[in-house]
Amino acid sequence: MPSILANRAVLVWAVLVAATLLSFETTVLGTSGAVILVVAFAKVLLVGREFMELRDAPAPMLWAFQSWVVAVCGVLLALFFA
Amino acid sequence: MTTAERRSGGHVPGEEGLWVFIGGDLVVFAVFFITYAVAHRQEYALFEASRRLLDRQLGLLNTLLLLTSSLCMAQAVAAVRRDDRRARPLLLATIALGSGFVVVKAFEYAAKISHGFTLNTNSFSIYYYMFTAIHLVHVLIGLGVLCFAASRFDKAGRMPGGAALIEGSGAFWHLVDLLWIVLFALLYLL
Repeated sequence: MPSILANRAVLVWAVLVAATLLSFETTVLGTSGAVILVVAFAKVLLVGREFMELRDAPAPMLWAFQSWVVAVCGVLLALFFA
Repeated sequence: MTTAERRSGGHVPGEEGLWVFIGGDLVVFAVFFITYAVAHRQEYALFEASRRLLDRQLGLLNTLLLLTSSLCMAQAVAAVRRDDRRARPLLLATIALGSGFVVVKAFEYAAKISHGFTLNTNSFSIYYYMFTAIHLVHVLIGLGVLCFAASRFDKAGRMPGGAALIEGSGAFWHLVDLLWIVLFALLYLL
């Protein structure tokens, strides 16, 4: 019976939680808003590719999703920080 | 993914129609996020002052609840595929964590309203309540779908009829998580 405590999904979750906690501690790290936004969309990319299993989906689905992530992140970066 | 699926160019988790809905939802939320960013530009001082009234700790707690629920969901999908009896408990854990999100959100709304921060307070509060409430509706729909999926296990703890139902339920649940990640950053962190 495979372990449910040591596999790829757990590693993805650990990265997502670590990124969340690092983004939250903005005052400690002095992180800029742009970094927080990019980290958030990197998390979105990870959830889509790994948890939603888009990395194994037909290429048009994967690329439509990844294009959405890059486009929305880019527009928001421009609107908030340009 | 089976060899046949790899040859045909990939596996679509769940029903294909669901992904049309997910794609549409992503477009709608993209418009929401951009609308918020434009309003933030136009009323910078008001938005900055207002968003500092939000409880960042509760936002963080809800993010961790959804991320962990997503992990349980991914494990439940994998367990159904290999006919593992731990699938049902994992799905129930997902539902419990998702319900925790709803409880925290209700507590947060109650605290905000008791402090006079309501829908009509200012333009930031309209965005805050509108976006988080629309997201909360997604959470509630997701919980309904997960409860339905949990009811489909047989007495032996296995899900007859293949993995499409649990895959589709999972895809929608992860969408709920994904949208919250952006809302958390936009409303609470930026």
